[in-house]
Amino acid sequence: MEQNQPLRFFNRGPSPAVRLVFFVLLSLLLLFVDVRYRYLESIRSGLSVLLYPLQRLVTAPSKLWHEVDDFFVSHNSLIRDNAELRNQHTLDIAQLLQLQVLKAENQHLRNLLMVQQRADYPMQLAEIMYVERDIFNRKILLDKGTQANVLAGQIVMDDSGIVGQVTRVYPWMSEITLITDKDHAVPVQVLRNGLRAVVSGSGDTGELALRYIPISSDIQNGDVLVTSGIDGTYPPGLPVAKVIHVERDPAYPFAHILCAPIAGVDKRRQLLILSALPKLPERPEVVVETTTDKPKNGKRGGR
Amino acid sequence: MRDRILKDQEFQLPVSRIFIAASLLVALLLDWLPWQGMWLAFRPDFVALVLLYWCTHKPYHVGISIAWAVGILADVADASLFGQHALAYSVLAFSGIVLHRRVSMFNLYQQTLQVFPLLLLAYTVYAAVYWQLRGSISWEYFIGSVVSTLLWAPVTILLQALCRPRAATDQL
Repeated sequence: MEQNQPLRFFNRGPSPAVRLVFFVLLSLLLLFVDVRYRYLESIRSGLSVLLYPLQRLVTAPSKLWHEVDDFFVSHNSLIRDNAELRNQHTLDIAQLLQLQVLKAENQHLRNLLMVQQRADYPMQLAEIMYVERDIFNRKILLDKGTQANVLAGQIVMDDSGIVGQVTRVYPWMSEITLITDKDHAVPVQVLRNGLRAVVSGSGDTGELALRYIPISSDIQNGDVLVTSGIDGTYPPGLPVAKVIHVERDPAYPFAHILCAPIAGVDKRRQLLILSALPKLPERPEVVVETTTDKPKNGKRGGR
Repeated sequence: MRDRILKDQEFQLPVSRIFIAASLLVALLLDWLPWQGMWLAFRPDFVALVLLYWCTHKPYHVGISIAWAVGILADVADASLFGQHALAYSVLAFSGIVLHRRVSMFNLYQQTLQVFPLLLLAYTVYAAVYWQLRGSISWEYFIGSVVSTLLWAPVTILLQALCRPRAATDQL
């Protein structure tokens, strides 16, 4: 650098070192602001609108490929799929009929107990635009955004279970954090015995971890975990994961439990966004606790 | 071909700003392709490569400010934290500018070895920011820096071929 100094005949502005310091400080400031506060969301969504056509353009080849692939699906596999789906459909119809009766009965019982009703959740279909290319982030982008009334915090699922949660909304896109993301946690209940726990992502697409479960707790291989709904964000009763490995080492206070997500977290192209959150965003959190506690107490009292 | 690899210096047309912008745009688009699964781990960072190429070959055209702006675009598209790519690319551009005389002295094979630490540095900065904020690091991310380094020679040959004066225009 110092050798360059006497040779400077032209004014080229500040030296690279000065510029580096300036831009590094600027980046660090942006990082700090982005992590601590949420001021930059509007800039981000503005830029994303500019980049949206480009991103569409880039995903076009793979989309075309998928469409061509779909087009040349063989006759046999279509027939097979159709028969399978028909079978499944008849089975489902039988169960659905029962469901209607059960629903009515449930409503009646809840009325009798004067317990809050469980709401139905309208959903909308969205397609995956692309999967995050950042190896650190387990995120996907869907093609519905604020224009389709998607809100941050809404739940995304496929036909078999929960996939993730909307964490950021752009005008025509929304960003989904998968349940397998390292920072993501879902409050769950074991379907078999009602044990409550929190399942969190492990950063690996095929694995979830149940942490801080005492060794003595009743969890077995193959247990199904469903959302408990007591957090007020996830609607209750949706399947999340299945326990695949339980290790009870007396040397540690907590059992080592691994689960596999039930939904095809990294398989599907079409996903469902539950469009109505259980009206919690407006309410303060204290109220949430009391309203969700009531059914429990009511149930206990009823028994 | 061999001649070209061994001798980096040759007469070239003056690059236009439009060409630089177009090359950076193409690199961004390549980065935004839907990479998945195993390919994601092997994904080279085309933007870093092209930025480094311009910083070492035309240090007065492409500087840290452009690298930073491109980094911000990459941040938005990748939904990573604001400034994460920008920081890594600024550091990369700075190292490229400081070492541009040294890099241009060597032939392409030697350049590849010279470029590897610079790319590794940029990758490390990116990973370090993530590690500081989230407390975890995935090592397969660094495979990308090796793949990017291996692509240095092809990218250089391609960009130089696009800048070379055409034979036909001479004869006319």
